[in-house]
Parts: sequence; structure tokens; C-alpha cells
Amino acid sequence: MIFGLEFPPLSHVVNWPEFVGDDTWGINKVVLVYFMAALLTMLIFILGNKKQLVPTGAQNLAEVAVEFVEDGIVMDTIGPKGVKYTPLLLSFFFFVFFCNIFEIIPVIQMPATARIALPMFLALFAYVVYHGSGFKEHGPFGYIKHALIVPGLPFALHFLVVPIEFVSKFLVQPFSHTVRLFANLLAGHILLVTFATLSSALWALGPGLVILPLPALAVVAFTAFELLVSFLQAYVFTLLAGVYIGAAISHEH
Amino acid sequence: MSLSVLAQEAAAAGIDNKGLAALTYGLGAIGPGIGIGYLVGQSVQAMARQPEAAGMVRTTMFLGIAFVEALALIGFVVFFLAQ
Repeated sequence: MIFGLEFPPLSHVVNWPEFVGDDTWGINKVVLVYFMAALLTMLIFILGNKKQLVPTGAQNLAEVAVEFVEDGIVMDTIGPKGVKYTPLLLSFFFFVFFCNIFEIIPVIQMPATARIALPMFLALFAYVVYHGSGFKEHGPFGYIKHALIVPGLPFALHFLVVPIEFVSKFLVQPFSHTVRLFANLLAGHILLVTFATLSSALWALGPGLVILPLPALAVVAFTAFELLVSFLQAYVFTLLAGVYIGAAISHEH
Repeated sequence: MSLSVLAQEAAAAGIDNKGLAALTYGLGAIGPGIGIGYLVGQSVQAMARQPEAAGMVRTTMFLGIAFVEALALIGFVVFFLAQ
């Protein structure tokens, strides 16, 4: 297809055979990545929980991360009353980041977020949290009024704006929250697979050919780029969760 | 005209669905490309003019990029669904 070589179909790129169990409840590479990411997130929470005056090791990382999430995300999007959401957003950030970073770790090289199940679960979790805290903050009718009615519009325009707000807040918002993370990581994974396939085809033609500039260097360059993307997408996912919580519990009157 | 009719006509004309899907993704990437370019350009200008506001501008910039980029990414997913 590309220069006459066979690109693996999408199912070969993201589907992994199960080590144990069947199709529904089995454990494959992606599930192992879930477990590892969850374990690493828990480790950071446990090891970072020391309260020494002079931080060492994991406490350093935890303090930097808490500061980053609290000052960079919570304060900007929710405000001072959002401090109680910091642990949630921090665990979102670390879990998504660890799931992403396995994209470029040698031997594993599979981002768990390139299967839509995980981003969808996380987005629905955030959906329940932000609408739940909105209902808690404003009361059931108050929250629906707060979410759907834009203040200060002429009366007739409400017939147009309320359906638009409903579709965007309750239907499109979790969908785009999911797809943003999923598609970015899937795209990155496919990019790496494409150039790795090209390199291996050149290697098969003759070991000297693999140093031909484009594919081999592109693998290296895109690996560095994907490191940036994994961090940025974890940040964006957390930032958007913060923005949605902030929009749900704000009082603009 | 519905999508299936379009697909049938394309098949009759000898255009395969993969090529169409790729072309459509290319078309769908134009708008977000322009959008992100404009957005980042303006943000850099704002940060250069007022370096003390850089942190706030950067957060808002990433937020804007995330919203604009969603369109391109939905196009990317539709590309796989359509081919």
C-alpha cells in the first residue's frame, strides 16, 4: 500500500490476545497497563503522603504535582472553593498520564487510552462528578435552570438556546471529553506503528538501508513528540474536568 | 442526498471508500488547523505583550486548543468508521 508494503490493519495494531480468560473477562496487555497505571498512581499517593519538612524522593514529586494541579488547574478553573476536588483531579492526571506514557515505554508500547473503554469510563466518571456536584450545589431545579438558561437573553431566544445548551452540556460534552483523549493517543500509536513498519521493511531489504533518513529518524522524533502528547493530554483531560466542575458549581449572579 | 447514496455513487464511479474517507479527513482538518494557528498566534502575541499574564493566557490557550482540536479528532474517528 505505502511503497508496496502491507500496513497492518487497525485490529492488529490495538487488539491484543488474552493471556488468561476469555474475550469479556480476560487479561490482556491493555488490562495489565490499567493495573500498572493504577498501581503507580496509588504508589505516588502512598509514598508522597510523608510529611517531612525537607522533602525527599516521592514526596518531592508529589509536592510538585499537587502544586501544579492546585495552582495550574483548580485555582484557574474552579476557584478557592474547588480545593476539595484536588485529590480527584490529581488522580485523574496521574492515572491518565501513566496510561498514556506506556505508549513509548519499550516492550510495552501500547497506550491503554487508545482503546475507547478507558477514556469513556473516565469521562463518564467525571460526568457523574460534575453534574452531581452541580445538583448538590444548586438543588435539582436550580441546577437545571443554572445549566440550561443563559441569563440576560431576550425571551424568544430561550426557545433556541435551551435545546442547544442541553445537547452541548448533557450529550456532546462527555462525548468530546472521551474522543479527545482517545483519538489523540490512537493517532499517536498509529503514527509510531506506521514509521516502525516502514523501518522494519527497510531493514528486511538490507540492514544498511534502515539508516535512510526518514523512517528511522521519524520513529525517534515522534517518540519524543508522543512523550509531550501524553503529558499534554493528561493535562488537558484534567483541565477540562476542572472546567466542567467549575461551570457546574459556579454562581454568576 | 444521504450518505449511502453518495457511497453508492462513489462505488459506481470506481472511487473506493478508503480514498473518500482519507479525503474527508483532510477536508475536516483544514478548519481546526486554521483555528489552532490563529489561537496560538494570538496567545503568543498576548504573552509577548504582557509577560506577567503568561500563566493565565497559557491555561486559556490550552483550553481553547482542546476545544478546537476536538473537531479534527472527531474527523479522525469518522475516518476509521467510514473506511
